[in-house]
This record gives sequence, C-alpha cells and structure tokens, in this order.
Amino acid sequence: MTDGEGRTEERVGFLTRVWRSIVRGPVVPRDDRDRKWIVVNNLILHLRPLQLPAKTLRYTHTFGLGGMSLVLFLLLAATGILLMFVYEPTPERAYGSILTLQNEVLFGKLVRSIHHWSANFLIAIVALHLLRVYFTGGYVAPRQFNWVIGLFLLFCVLASNFTGYLMPWDQLSYWAITISTSMIGYVPLAGDWLQRVVRGGPEIGSATLINFYTLHTTIIPVTLVLLMAWHFWRVRKAHGVVVPRGADEEPDEKPERVLTLPNLLLREFVVATVLVAFVMVFSVFVNAPLDEAANPGMSPNPAKAPWYFVGIQELLLHVHPLFAVLIVPLLVAVALFLIPYLRYEKDTSGIFLMSREGRRSAAIAAAAALVVTPVYILIDEWWIDFGGWLPGLAPVIGNGLLPAAIGAAALLTFYAFIKKRFAVANNEAIQASFVFLAVAFTILTVTGVWFRGSGMALVWPWNL
Amino acid sequence: MTDRETLKADTESPSSRRRFIWGLWLGLGGVALLEYAWLIADFLRPRKKLADAVEAIVVAGPVERFEPDSVTPFPQGKFYLARLEDGGFLALSRECTHLGCTVPWIADEGRFVCPCHSSAFDIRGDVIDPPAPRALDYYAVRIENKIVKVDVSRPIKRPAFDWDQVTRV
Ligand code: HEM
Ligand code: FES
Repeated sequence: MTDGEGRTEERVGFLTRVWRSIVRGPVVPRDDRDRKWIVVNNLILHLRPLQLPAKTLRYTHTFGLGGMSLVLFLLLAATGILLMFVYEPTPERAYGSILTLQNEVLFGKLVRSIHHWSANFLIAIVALHLLRVYFTGGYVAPRQFNWVIGLFLLFCVLASNFTGYLMPWDQLSYWAITISTSMIGYVPLAGDWLQRVVRGGPEIGSATLINFYTLHTTIIPVTLVLLMAWHFWRVRKAHGVVVPRGADEEPDEKPERVLTLPNLLLREFVVATVLVAFVMVFSVFVNAPLDEAANPGMSPNPAKAPWYFVGIQELLLHVHPLFAVLIVPLLVAVALFLIPYLRYEKDTSGIFLMSREGRRSAAIAAAAALVVTPVYILIDEWWIDFGGWLPGLAPVIGNGLLPAAIGAAALLTFYAFIKKRFAVANNEAIQASFVFLAVAFTILTVTGVWFRGSGMALVWPWNL
Repeated sequence: MTDRETLKADTESPSSRRRFIWGLWLGLGGVALLEYAWLIADFLRPRKKLADAVEAIVVAGPVERFEPDSVTPFPQGKFYLARLEDGGFLALSRECTHLGCTVPWIADEGRFVCPCHSSAFDIRGDVIDPPAPRALDYYAVRIENKIVKVDVSRPIKRPAFDWDQVTRV
C-alpha cells in the first residue's frame, strides 16, 4: 500500500469493522439509490414494497388503520412480556399476583392498563380496518385472499382478547367467561363436548386457566405474527393497497409511483407515534378495571359477556339459542368469507362506496337499520311472543326459525328493493345489505353494553 | 450416467420407483402430522374424566334435620338439598340452565331467582320464568340408615321435574 488514502481504508478500527459486518450499507440515506438499498436489504422493511402508487398515500384512503393494528400488537407484546414475569396462572394465585403487580411493582398498574386498553382498542381498530377495506373495494382481485387472511387475523384478535379476559380471575372475568362458554353449550350435539374442551373440564377452574394462558401467551401471538407477515407480504405483492379513484374514473393501469422510504415510512412513523402517545396518556388516566376476586358462589347482577360478544348475548335474549350462538354467527362468517368471491357485475375496486348510487343506498341501509333494530328490540321486549301466540309450536321453530325466516325475508326484500330502485348493478345492493347488518350488529352491541341493567332489563345508561 | 443425465431423467419422466418414494415421504409426513394433531387433542382433553369415574359423596346429614318444604344450601357440594312437601328429597344443582350463573334461593318468595337474566325456578327446580330452557340439573340422592347422601360426581340433566327424580325415606 503506497498511497495514503488506501492505507486509511485498510486500517480501520476493530469496532468499525464489526459495525460494517453488521450493517453492510448506508444507515442514513443520501439519495434515492441508498433509500432503495435500505428497503430491499432490511429484513423487516423487505416485507414492504419498494415503491407505491402516490395516490394511496392520502391519509383518508386507509386512515392508517392496518398500521395502527400492528402498532397496538407490538404494544401488547411489549407489555404482555412484562406481565408474564409477575403473573401466576393458577386460580389460587392469579388474582393475588395481579394485586402484587398493581401495588408493588414499578409502573405495574400502568403496564397492565396499557395492555388492557391496547387490547380493547385493537378490536375496534381491526373492525374499522375491515370496514375501510370493504368500503374502498380492497377485497377485489388480486387482493381476494388477503381479505381471507385478514379474517383469520380478526378471529385471532378476538380469541386473544377472550382468553386474556380470564387472566385476572376477578368477578368480572370469571362470570364473563362462564357466560360465554355456556353459550357454546347450546351448539346442538357437540355442545357439551365442545364446552368441556374449552373449559378443560366440566367447570371453569385451573384447567381452564392453564389452557387459556397457553393460548393467550404462546399459540395466538405466534399465529398472529405469522399471519401478519403473510398479510403484509401479500400487500406488497399486490403493489401496495388498492389505488383510489373517483366514481367515473377508469382504473389507472400505470399509476405514478413514489418511493416507500421516505414517503410511506414517514407517514407510518407519525401515525405510530401519535397512537402510542394516545394509549400512554389514556392509560395514565384510566386504569384497567379490576373487580373483587372471583367467587363461584355468587354471580354479579347483571352478568355480561365481554363487550365484543355482547351483541351475540343480546341476540340470545331475542331468539332461540340455536340461532343466536350457532346459525346466525355461522352464516355471518360464511358471508364474510364469500365477500371477495361473489360474482359482481362491475369492478368497483378503489371507489369509495362503489358509486353515487352506492353512497345513497348505503346511507339508506344505515338509516333503515338505525330505525328497525331498536324498534324490533322494543317490540320484542314488550309485545312479540310467538311462543305464547302459537302454543303448539316447538321453541326452536317459534323462537328460532320463525324470527330468523322473517329476518331473512326482510333482508332479501330490502336487497331487491335497493337493486330495483337505487342500484346500477348487484354491487350496490350487496353493499347495502352489508351496511344494514353491520349497523344492526353495532346497535345490538350498544344496547347490550349501555341499555341493559340488572336482570338484563332495558334501562337508560344513566340508571345502569 | 453423468450428473446432467440424472438431472434430465429426474425432470422428464420420473420412474415409478421415484414416484413411489415421493409418495412414501408424503405419506409419512401426513402420518406425522396426524400423530401431532392426535397428541394435541389428547393434551387438550378435559382432565376431570378420572375424577368423574369415582363417586364423590357428600354426606348431607340425618333425615330429620330437613323440614318438609325447605331448601338447604351446601356451598361445598355446589348444590341445594330440597325436601319437598311430601317428605321426598331432591338435590338441585345451583347452576342456572340458561348461561351458568349461580342461582340463590329466595326463601321469602319460595323460589330460585337467577341474578343474571332473571330466570326463576320453583322448589322442584322447574322453570317458572324463562329464559332458562330446562329445569335445574339434579344429583342422585341416597338414604342409608336415615342419613342423606348426595353423589355430586355428575349432574343429571332433565327437561322438567318428574316424581321419579325424588328419593324417599
Ligand atoms: C391484526 C389484524 C390486522 C393487521 C395488523 C392488518 C394490517 C394491514 C396493513 C398494515 C395493511 C396495509 C393498508 C392499511 O394500512 O390499511 C392491510 C391491508 C389489507 N387488509 Fe389488513 N390487517 C389486519 C386485519 C385485517 C382484516 C380483519 C381484514 C378483512 C377481513 C383485512 C383485510 C385486508 C386487505 C384485503 C388489505 C389490502 C387492502 C387494499 O389493498 O386496499 N385485514 N392490513
Ligand atoms: S344465566 Fe340464569 S338467567 Fe341467564
């Protein structure tokens, strides 16, 4: 080595050489070439596309809901691992270990609250994400299967919340899980067996807790990580999310593209920071609830399922259990899986609410559900009594098949009405039915959470 | 055969021997998966089974301790011992048949009222008020030497009360 410059290249220090062996390219990018290099060569960033259509960056297209779900999951993982150091999954020690956590561990209460609120927000955010994907036509080919992966993610998020609900072993969790697992018992033929498997025995006890704990801390999180990686990979393979367009625009075959770094990543970073700050502040001011220790001898009044299952519990007050816990949820699940595979007459991908007609019919559907559902709840409470009017009929028919058939007929009539009067194609009518059911389910949940008091009688929220 | 030729043979027409070995691997993989699924199912199987087989007897006490037309709670055994007007005994499960809440006995009203969704049951466990779909489960009662004993190992389901379910002295 003769020239001076070559020598400094050769003689770099030990730490620098180690550093260069780990990071083999630029850390702070100087130009677009560096930026591309970083996205392609970083293990995690590599799940993202290199470039994406500029139009998809608009915040009101996705509202960043998918990214927010990921951030909440990461918060859950970080706080959940801390909780595992203190929590003891046995009926004798569970409640006590939560008290220890809250009273003796540094920031124990805050960590528990962050975990609790992130979990609850996650359900809401994932539900909103599903609605956003639906209403922007994000499920149309080639994104059909990512919708299906999304549904499995939704299922895992629900299962994760549900299994976590039992952990504190207080009155709230004990009876909510008792009620929800008793609902399983109404499944015909296999009900008793299924219920025993979920509970790990005939009643809720140490076997239930250890089963739920294993599911909650290992099986479900691992499944979620794998499914999320697959989900993001599919977004990348579809060249980013669906490109938004106006009601009369043709799909843009060659949309203008921009680099993911910095355009998308910067925006995601902002959303993530704001969300984390919000969850932190919220958890400082609102503690996660903790009731008295579980007492199998005394049920609280009223006893409610966790809020995301209260819609089903409300349905249970109105129709036969066979329909409320099995047939209706099963039909809804099948319908959700079929959404990307139905035969649509038009391609409406990327158009918010499909078309002008789609917007009008969606508004009509929402208004109709907003009126019909509360009215049905009220007249069913005080007036409808198929069992009493038709005494010869079996309850499955009088309380189950009959109301279900009337409901299905009403929905079909509504579908036909929208199709004839407001729709250009079957797309809008299908969307209107979807909106109707989504709003109806929301109202059932709101009724169950805020309008059901002691003995599950209808009350005003301020008298709860 | 050179390497290239092997490669060609591989891609163009797999011999039946190769196909057989492939099938064998796939089959073995399938068997391994099934075994693992079976293992999972067995690990998850309710572990109370063994306890079920053995009788779990709660000695309630001498017959004369229970007045006719009275209900005595046994929190440890998770049941109520009801003595009907005619002197017969019935051990009622305290679990509501609607969604599993614990029903308290309201002595003044002479009935069980569920706090969760207000189902009501009479002293025989029959439904007075829905949503409960069937009468309270009961446990087998035996009377030996004028001592009432209840077998709490398994609750017995029934649609409604029947006189066969009552044990007499
Ligand atoms: C843990 C739950 C979930 C996470 C973390 C997640 C995350 C994401 C992310 C980051 C995106 C990119 C676009 C965006 O931010 O909106 C996305 C897109 C997508 N998600 Fe999800 N998601 C979840 C659940 C769901 C559910 C429940 C569904 C629907 C059944 C769904 C269906 C889709 C589809 C079809 C796309 C592509 C949409 C398009 O290209 O416009 N995902 N998801
Ligand atoms: S659990 Fe008793 S009425 Fe619902």
